[in-house]
Amino acid sequence: MMELLSMGGYGAYVWSCFALTAIVIAICEWRARARHRQVYRDIEVRVKALGDNG
Amino acid sequence: MWKFIHKLASPPHFYGLAAKIIPWFFLPGLILIIYGLYGGLLLAPPDYQQGDAFRIIYVHVPSAYLSLMAYSIMAISAGIGLIWRLKLAHAVAAAAAPIGAWFTFLALATGSLWGRPMWGTWWERGDPRLTSELVMLFLYFGYMALRGAIDDTAKADRASAVLALVGAVNVPIIHFSVEWWSSLHQGPTLMKKGGPAMDAAMLYPLLAMILGFTLIFGALLLRRVRTEVLYRERRTRWVRHLVLSSAVEKK
Repeated sequence: MMELLSMGGYGAYVWSCFALTAIVIAICEWRARARHRQVYRDIEVRVKALGDNG
Repeated sequence: MWKFIHKLASPPHFYGLAAKIIPWFFLPGLILIIYGLYGGLLLAPPDYQQGDAFRIIYVHVPSAYLSLMAYSIMAISAGIGLIWRLKLAHAVAAAAAPIGAWFTFLALATGSLWGRPMWGTWWERGDPRLTSELVMLFLYFGYMALRGAIDDTAKADRASAVLALVGAVNVPIIHFSVEWWSSLHQGPTLMKKGGPAMDAAMLYPLLAMILGFTLIFGALLLRRVRTEVLYRERRTRWVRHLVLSSAVEKK
């Protein structure tokens, strides 16, 4: 286990890369979902404000 | 064939279809990445020159490859949008930009974290591979800034498409930079004459990571194109029906 963490002395570099990658992909997914919710909500507000005549 | 393309590109059809196929990209992508991590971090032996630092390849190469792939998709879609006035193509181009920018950032950052222990520097000024990749990050930023600066969607589509196409000249420059000029960056390992120069125990996890990242990218792109389509169609009847009917369902 310690061997895996130390990565032959390169642990700090190797694990930062993998952690950063996980974080960036999570941000991509989160941003895409947040943008969708925002667009959807804006449309919802407008459609309801217009009622049946819009 | 044309009928099929038109049906596929029709916004309501695409909007529904994309939601159904996103998980089919996401889940296999996740499985491949889990296998790639297991194979790359636990099974593959350390490199005879770089030791365990070589394992950074498993996130660096897929990110760098996707940074180029995303730009190519963006430029080709923008071109198709310009020539055939296909709105869906412009939506794809606009959706690819932020994801491409993130993967370019990731390629630069993991490259820097790899360069420090191997080359003794975080960044080599004037290095052709590093510089051309950084230029691509700025092209993505420029593309998004230009889109954001123009309110009219059709105008933004056309102007940003021209920028994307002009910037596309950078894509082959990045790819061949390590062959054309002397660079600290190593030459190609996978796409070279005589096949990949890697042991199977190292190679298969890398291929799994590349394919896995590509599928996750596909899921992200579909999600963003879907949002882009919804936004562009916000004043149409089908979107109104969509929003009203799902509001009823929620109650």
